Amino acid sequence: MSETLILARRNLEHVRQIPEKLIDVTLQPLMFVLLFAFVFGGVIAVPNGDYKEYLIGGILVQTLAFGLMGPGVAIATDLGEGMIDRLRSLPIRRSSYLTGHILAEFAATILAIVVLSGAGLLVGWGIESSVPEAIGAYALLGLFAFAMIWLGTLIGTVARSTDVVTGIAFMTVFPLTFVSNAFVPTDSLPDGLRQVAEWNPISCVVAAVRELFGNPTAVPHDAAWPLQHPVVASIGWCVLILVVVVPMTVRAFNRRTTD
Amino acid sequence: MYENLNDNCTDAGIKAEGLGKRFGDFTALEDLDLVVPKGSVLGLLGHNGAGKTTTIRILTTLSVPSTGSATVAGYDVVKQGGEVRKRIGVAGQSATVDGLLTGRANLEMVGRLYGMSKREAAERADELLTRLGLTDAADKLVKEYSGGMRRRADLAATLVSTPPVLFLDEPTTGLDPASRNDLWDVLREQVSEGVTLLLTTQYLEEADRLADEIVVLDHGKVAAAGSPDQLKQRVGGDRIEITLADPADAGPAAEALAGFAENEVHSDPAASLVTAPVRAGTRLVEVVRSLDAAGIDVTDVHRRDATLDDVFLSITSAPKVEVHS
Ligand SMILES: Nc1ncnc2c1ncn2[C@@H]1O[C@H](COP(=O)(O)OP(=O)(O)OP(=O)(O)O)[C@@H](O)[C@H]1O
Ligand SMILES: [Mg+2]
Repeated sequence: MSETLILARRNLEHVRQIPEKLIDVTLQPLMFVLLFAFVFGGVIAVPNGDYKEYLIGGILVQTLAFGLMGPGVAIATDLGEGMIDRLRSLPIRRSSYLTGHILAEFAATILAIVVLSGAGLLVGWGIESSVPEAIGAYALLGLFAFAMIWLGTLIGTVARSTDVVTGIAFMTVFPLTFVSNAFVPTDSLPDGLRQVAEWNPISCVVAAVRELFGNPTAVPHDAAWPLQHPVVASIGWCVLILVVVVPMTVRAFNRRTTD
Repeated sequence: MYENLNDNCTDAGIKAEGLGKRFGDFTALEDLDLVVPKGSVLGLLGHNGAGKTTTIRILTTLSVPSTGSATVAGYDVVKQGGEVRKRIGVAGQSATVDGLLTGRANLEMVGRLYGMSKREAAERADELLTRLGLTDAADKLVKEYSGGMRRRADLAATLVSTPPVLFLDEPTTGLDPASRNDLWDVLREQVSEGVTLLLTTQYLEEADRLADEIVVLDHGKVAAAGSPDQLKQRVGGDRIEITLADPADAGPAAEALAGFAENEVHSDPAASLVTAPVRAGTRLVEVVRSLDAAGIDVTDVHRRDATLDDVFLSITSAPKVEVHS
């Protein structure tokens, strides 16, 4: 355990040296909040509520989905340099590197969630539910973030360079978050896209977070099953991702670091 | 916290038997036998791609051998990797320090990972920064270091736990002569304290000065092994070396020297240098006369002892770089 903490501290120290590393989990989502709240806020109508209340759940989840980029780039960088050889020649468990990495990335994620919640409160978002439900919302965000960090770590471990990681992240996360309910209700989407959006795992996590915060969800009555039961479905998605991705990542990491 | 790390076996240094490594169809290392007694130094020589790094990676548990077995400090590198890692310090060929940490933070982190307390790790870091001349740069990020400073930081990280067995892959590449001498002192000091050292090097002078035993690798196979003196004897005693006024004379000069040589004459037109291992009793004046008779203008003629360079040239089959003038 202490090895994990020492290695996690190393990643956090990198952030202290290069604070720009946190842009994608702080300034970038803040920009999205302002952009959507004030540019589209007046145009997009949300049944039973205000667009700003609707928006924050979407941006939280989008940010955490993009959060797969940081861990991916970090591990691809380490694997590309000699540093990993140094660590592997030390008498520590090989898993410590991975656990330290995940822990440090999780800390960055918590920062993102705090910053975004604060920004949300400033633009008029609020938690309208009970305390247990709000805790549930944050727990779900944490679980989703955890799954995304592992997914990013897998991509970074398999990828041969950091550019590949950012490439894959943009090509998958952008379409997935835009063809979803993150920014607009699904029934405003044309047929075809709407079905994709309703089955999109991002949509159901977003809907679950909105539901748990007591924000308007704008889920149409005839929405697909996952959107009708977003909390259960989201937990299912996250667990599924973790069950598949964690062993794959460990195996890929062991393979990349054995020759 | 500090266990006795020398307990396993009294003669335990490094041993390898029939060690081999294949990458796909390519054999990078074949049938390597090594014995490095505790407290001695083995120099691993060889051209680029000869298999030096491959050997170090296997012995330091970073790579799994395809054939054979090896023990380090008495522990099997495959089956007891954890025990081996407790007892070794490794400096890889490319510096393995974290560029985004300061030199001090790198050493402290490594110390902590060895199980030292915060204070112990800080003290050890200070000690090593001083020892390797990095005090002024201690609190700068390693990515801002020069190549040689980075190299020294890497060596410091290698020494953090005072390991009984050290593996250094080309430790002085990129160091200026003063730093190189300092490093040699550090290494000699370590060895005098009973540390076993395996180092690879491209500098034959380094192997000559530091190593008790030398193994020369050639395309993954052992081409020669022995003490520096034994190896020098093997390639014959004296050399006559002439420096030409005109590099174009290299061919005729080699012919003229062939008469005195007991082995292949070596010419390096780029340096205007022709070298021949000469038969015992050859007189310098005869050599000069025959060069004169052939009309070859020389700026220098001298006799010298065989060096490891000669050993290296005579036994490795690395493709020689042809220089046309
Ligand atoms: N992971 C790998 N996959 C495939 N081939 C490899 C791998 N590592 C090394 N090799 C090959 O094995 C051979 C030996 O490499 P090695 O790094 O041991 O050489 P070296 O003696 O250290 O050379 P240098 O002096 O250039 O450092 C080389 O031909 C190299 O291309
Ligand atoms: Mg090498």
